[in-house]
Amino acid sequence: MVSPVLRRVSERAQLLLEIADDELILGWRDSEWTGIAPFLEEDVAFSSIAQNEIGHARALYELAARDLGTTADELAFDRSPEEYRCSALVELRLPEWERTIARHVLYEQADAERLERLKTSGDEELAGLAAKIDREEIYHRLHAEMWAERLKDEPRYQAALEELRPLVERRNGGSTELTELWEEMTSVRRSQPAGTTW
Amino acid sequence: MVTEAQVWEALAEVPDPEIPVISVVDLGVVRDVRVDGQRVHVEFTPTFLGCPALEVMRSQMAERIAELGAELEVEVVLDDSWSTDKITAEGREKLREAGFAPPTPRGEGTTLVQLQANGFRCPYCGSRDTALENIFGPTPCRSLRYCRDCKQPFEQFKTI
Repeated sequence: MVSPVLRRVSERAQLLLEIADDELILGWRDSEWTGIAPFLEEDVAFSSIAQNEIGHARALYELAARDLGTTADELAFDRSPEEYRCSALVELRLPEWERTIARHVLYEQADAERLERLKTSGDEELAGLAAKIDREEIYHRLHAEMWAERLKDEPRYQAALEELRPLVERRNGGSTELTELWEEMTSVRRSQPAGTTW
Repeated sequence: MVTEAQVWEALAEVPDPEIPVISVVDLGVVRDVRVDGQRVHVEFTPTFLGCPALEVMRSQMAERIAELGAELEVEVVLDDSWSTDKITAEGREKLREAGFAPPTPRGEGTTLVQLQANGFRCPYCGSRDTALENIFGPTPCRSLRYCRDCKQPFEQFKTI
């Protein structure tokens, strides 16, 4: 467990973990559509978005891991659910399409604003990675934009936006939904003795 | 003694495992090569951050360099220096011949309106009468389009 290390993390590492946790957990949630999306094109889209988000998480964890003297895998999987800093928005399991799209739209908006800020950061390493991530996120935003347009007059979609909007800025850690996801996400890793190499 | 030229030559034979017609050098992901005795230092920058091909490329580069009797050290650069504009002209031609539409130049933009417009050329018949089927495709780097002229679906490289 890396927990003792995290008690004294730098502000930079905290920020990196916050974004990385968002991307990892959202990646997991998006991947839950693989094989069961309402139609094949969306199965492909959400699987691909999930893969990108987890790739972004890995790069961000790698930067944080270097600061903290640990590894990306340990940061991603060996913390307790209470230590994750992700937004409450990404923690939810959303098996309803309109809520999934509402989350997608809200997340991409918030993430775009965050990336814009980071791209002009004085921390060159962080600014460079943010710019790289943003190149890929353009396509996530287009996908969200396309769906927002398609569902804009749908009351269930509007209700989902209202319901989920307050969660964007909420970062509690350790919610029931996150704990359940964490159990699943880390079960294989926890089943092996410490020091196992993969 | 290994030379830098030999290293570049060896790397030019390391294929992208998902699109074997194109090499890591064609892709423009090898940023720099330095030789220090028996150690070869390569600066490598990922294309898409979640691309699983990256690990395979890395181990294949190491194998090639080992064949030259040297040891590879890879420095992964996570900055913004790579874009699809870095794919060489030769690389683009190889993609087109293999049935993949190469990425359009970054200057042409990536808005939904542009993606849904007719600017993308079918790699099979050359027609620009093509439609966007899905922004996403079989790998993160590709979209799916359909040619209305030759009725052929094709994979379009995303511009990033």
